[in-house]
Amino acid sequence: MRRLIDAIPARGMSRRGFLRRSAAAAGGLMVALYLERAAGAAGNAAPAAPAAPPDAFVRIGADGKITIVVNRVEVGQGVHTALPMILADELDADWSAVTAELAPVADVYKDPVLGLQMVGGSSSIANSFTQYRELGAKTRAMLVAAAAARWRVPPGRCRTENSVVYGPDGQSARYGELASDAARRPLPAKVQLKQPSELRIIGRRVPRLDGRAKCDGSQKFGLDLALPGMKTALIARPPVFGGTVKSFDDKAARAVAGVLDVFEVPLVHGRGVAVVADGFWPAKLARARLAIEWDVASVEHADTDAILASYQARAQRPGTVALAAGDASAIDKLERDRTIVAEYAFPFLAHAPMEPLNATVRFDGDRAEAWIASSGATMDQAAIAEVLGVAPAKVTCHVVFGGGSFGRRGPLDCHLAREAAALAKHRPGTSIKLVWTREDDIQGGYYRPMFVHRVQVGIGAEGMPAAWRHVIVGQSFMKDTGLPFEPFLVKDGVDALVVEGTVNHPYTIPNIHVSVDHTKVNVPVLSWRSIGYTHNTFVVETLIDELAARAKVDPIAYRLRLFRPDVPRFISSMKLLDDKTAAWRAALPAGHALGVACGMYNRSAIACAVEVSIEHGKPRIHRATAAVDCGIAVNPMTIEAQVHSGFVFGLTQLVPGGAITIKDGIVQQRNFESFTPPYLADAPLEIDVHIVPSTEEPTGMGETPVPVIAPAVVNALAALTGKRYRTLPLVTPL
Amino acid sequence: MTTFQLEVNGERRTVAVDPSTPLLWVLREGLQLTGTKYGCGIGACGACTVHLGGVATRSCLVPISLVGDRGVVTIEGIGKDAMGAAVQTAWVETDVVQCGYCQSGQIMTAVALLKARPAPSDAEVEQSMGGTLCRCGTYVRIRAAVRRASSQMK
Amino acid sequence: MTGRAVIAGVLGLAASASVACRGGAKAEGLAAWNDVYAVLISPRCLNCHTATSSPAQGDDRRRHFANVTRGPDGRGVPGLTCGGCHQQANADATGVPGVPDWHLAPLSMQWQDPGGRALASADVCRAVTDRSKNNGLDARGLLKHHAEDALVLWAWSPGVRADGTPRSLPPRSHDAFVRATRRWVEAGTPCP
Repeated sequence: MRRLIDAIPARGMSRRGFLRRSAAAAGGLMVALYLERAAGAAGNAAPAAPAAPPDAFVRIGADGKITIVVNRVEVGQGVHTALPMILADELDADWSAVTAELAPVADVYKDPVLGLQMVGGSSSIANSFTQYRELGAKTRAMLVAAAAARWRVPPGRCRTENSVVYGPDGQSARYGELASDAARRPLPAKVQLKQPSELRIIGRRVPRLDGRAKCDGSQKFGLDLALPGMKTALIARPPVFGGTVKSFDDKAARAVAGVLDVFEVPLVHGRGVAVVADGFWPAKLARARLAIEWDVASVEHADTDAILASYQARAQRPGTVALAAGDASAIDKLERDRTIVAEYAFPFLAHAPMEPLNATVRFDGDRAEAWIASSGATMDQAAIAEVLGVAPAKVTCHVVFGGGSFGRRGPLDCHLAREAAALAKHRPGTSIKLVWTREDDIQGGYYRPMFVHRVQVGIGAEGMPAAWRHVIVGQSFMKDTGLPFEPFLVKDGVDALVVEGTVNHPYTIPNIHVSVDHTKVNVPVLSWRSIGYTHNTFVVETLIDELAARAKVDPIAYRLRLFRPDVPRFISSMKLLDDKTAAWRAALPAGHALGVACGMYNRSAIACAVEVSIEHGKPRIHRATAAVDCGIAVNPMTIEAQVHSGFVFGLTQLVPGGAITIKDGIVQQRNFESFTPPYLADAPLEIDVHIVPSTEEPTGMGETPVPVIAPAVVNALAALTGKRYRTLPLVTPL
Repeated sequence: MTTFQLEVNGERRTVAVDPSTPLLWVLREGLQLTGTKYGCGIGACGACTVHLGGVATRSCLVPISLVGDRGVVTIEGIGKDAMGAAVQTAWVETDVVQCGYCQSGQIMTAVALLKARPAPSDAEVEQSMGGTLCRCGTYVRIRAAVRRASSQMK
Repeated sequence: MTGRAVIAGVLGLAASASVACRGGAKAEGLAAWNDVYAVLISPRCLNCHTATSSPAQGDDRRRHFANVTRGPDGRGVPGLTCGGCHQQANADATGVPGVPDWHLAPLSMQWQDPGGRALASADVCRAVTDRSKNNGLDARGLLKHHAEDALVLWAWSPGVRADGTPRSLPPRSHDAFVRATRRWVEAGTPCP
């Protein structure tokens, strides 16, 4: 069963990696698939992203102000600053004159590798790095050409610096003066990009362009949108996923002042009842006064206790093989005391971005306009078009700033866009802002699935793993969904997003067998920041830690010994970690312990060490040190922020409130009081980040840190308490 | 619908809303002051924090009928206050924000802390800022920015 | 019998005679205390008379969300004061209880252990009558507190939760609670 391995790069495998290979192999088939499904048109595959005129990406005013257009949503990850930095460097722009804006949905803004306008797989910088460099370089070339023509000198004798073109004989002209001439120049077919030593902005610590506006209340998010005549809508959703409406009484709801309409509406899962009102509060009051009789008899009522028991039973048997190397029965030949048998259990998790989901759509009969902080903008535009019965090009789709995403803003079924479009269709000519309340968000599904793992590890010479048998049980994201990405992500019955982190582990394990049992549960699931790594890296890194502890070898030294030679970034990041933590590791106070973990996402590697004690029965993380190898760091401040961010986000898995439970089909959590994410006291007191110097292309940092913090912390706890923590979230007091 | 007179950021404003309407939605939709955010609606996240009568208050919880004649200061107005401006500057200089959605509430809470405790201990910072949620995980920089604002105002 | 023994006997008789008289009042007082105790250990009281650095909430008496903390005087900490959310009256529209100056009882008045288990009747009785711990209240002061304090009265008009359901009331009416307190006070605040 090696075919799957051939299709998956053994290292740095990721959803994004798949898509890149698949898109290249299929020649843009993915794009054609989606557009065909949306518009019903047959046709040839469109190019992934048409050759872009710079003016779609950069505008230079006569006053020298430079506006750079960012081809994807900003949800906190920092692309709004980093992508302009890339373009501005090759442009030789005066950075202080640069502002940025988010592109609306258009072919020219499609991700050049993925063929869709989207954010995902921590791939934004990696995929648009060369693209934005070329855009900057082409624009610079046009400005130089304009100046050279003006001065009648060869362009090659001109140079640029800080938004000024300098001629060979002391001439100079500012970009603002040259802009309109430059715009008339032909677009150069090829440009030369800078050598690493010539970079002036890339690699520098640059504060965010959107920083000030986000500190004075002026930054607008989707939820802040106000349009003339706009109405606000909430949808009453079925208490069990997929339920429908038997009947409803809206008399009390309609009596609320400011309520305009109440009607039944189709959802991707089941049906609901929408309330349209003058504002959020009357809509909320009215929705609470709806009397709805739900039909939930014909849908499965998921129950997390029952699911857990079922998964634990299924984990006793191997599933569909995802990886098989060496002797599959080697583990059985080892003595009991040379074997670790470990069972792990992971709950459903909500993403819970700070800004609840929202989308605004207005339908004008033959066209529409939409505003959405979308991580899947091309697909959302096409979904809105499909619901409204118009061509995608007739939907002007604005991408607005989002208050966090972590995967939540890019569901492949485009459910938010479809719901919003259905509302707009009901009231043509009116802009309708659909809002999900926090309760809707916590209870609305699209979770990181539950998983159970059963692992048998055989201990070989010098305490190294000699054999590894691993069964993973849980829902697939893609299998049997018919969604466009399915053929690229599900091969031979294995969903790559479920096994990533195990099949591409970095260690020398001669006999390894990983299999997966994909389950079907009536709970919608979705990529949760770092997806398969969230549980797989936890399992691998806690077991590796246990092996190291049994062998009485330092956890860093053990990993350095066990890494395969063909994982250079694991090695470089772990060595840097070793160096940067040597001092504090040697001086741990009493009651403090070290925990180590490492991981990789999309070819960016991270090694993490934490210093943990137990205070009031809870883990207290005094410090977290990260060493990352992610190619060139476009903006080290962004890299550091994403490490901080990924670490705290990853702690969602550990904090006691971090679980969604379901009883007889009903989600038991309501809001942050019952699904409780990490607050300030849960976060490390200090985080230091060290970046391996590199001139290789950037490979991203959005998800890389998330999977390593939880295993690092529980590895430290294991050193303190002697217990291994294999069921998440933690139960306190410890 | 009832008419209410409010003082918001030093200006007298008039709104006509249902008396049960939380101050948050009066600000956001009645007065188009969208800097104060809706994160949860139950006071668990702090994104809606304003100063009401000088007290850091979770505006999603306070029906307009209970505001009375207490003045409201929002993120849009806090910059006119010396401590408010110092906190905002410290936030920008520390490059605290990521998505930024929680930061109005973080800043308003930090200003309230520093006005009462101009030189707070780490523990005091943790207690005062410990109830305001950030899903992007900017907490380490929040601590640093509070310390920075405190030392700038010495 | 010696003279001393006679005196002791007389005193003893007198003592036992007064015990016999007090025994009736004391029994009544203890019975009244049972009603007082039942109210004191109900969630509406225990949620603010905590033994920890934070309030509790709900009938399940879970730790109050958002890490709100007692602070130096039971009114929270700057930026996160009790009064920052709890207003001068219940906000039923948003599910937040309120009275003017919402705050926690002092830590010294502990009726539960740090694990949240209510103390036994005898221990609670001793705690509430210990003037070094109960804010200096004498018996009259206790009666006045039970009869008139706004936070105490609140327990019988606790408003509705965020989901619209009404909060549960203590197991006796306020009138019954005050009457029981008076009987207990008049019996000399006996403890079991």
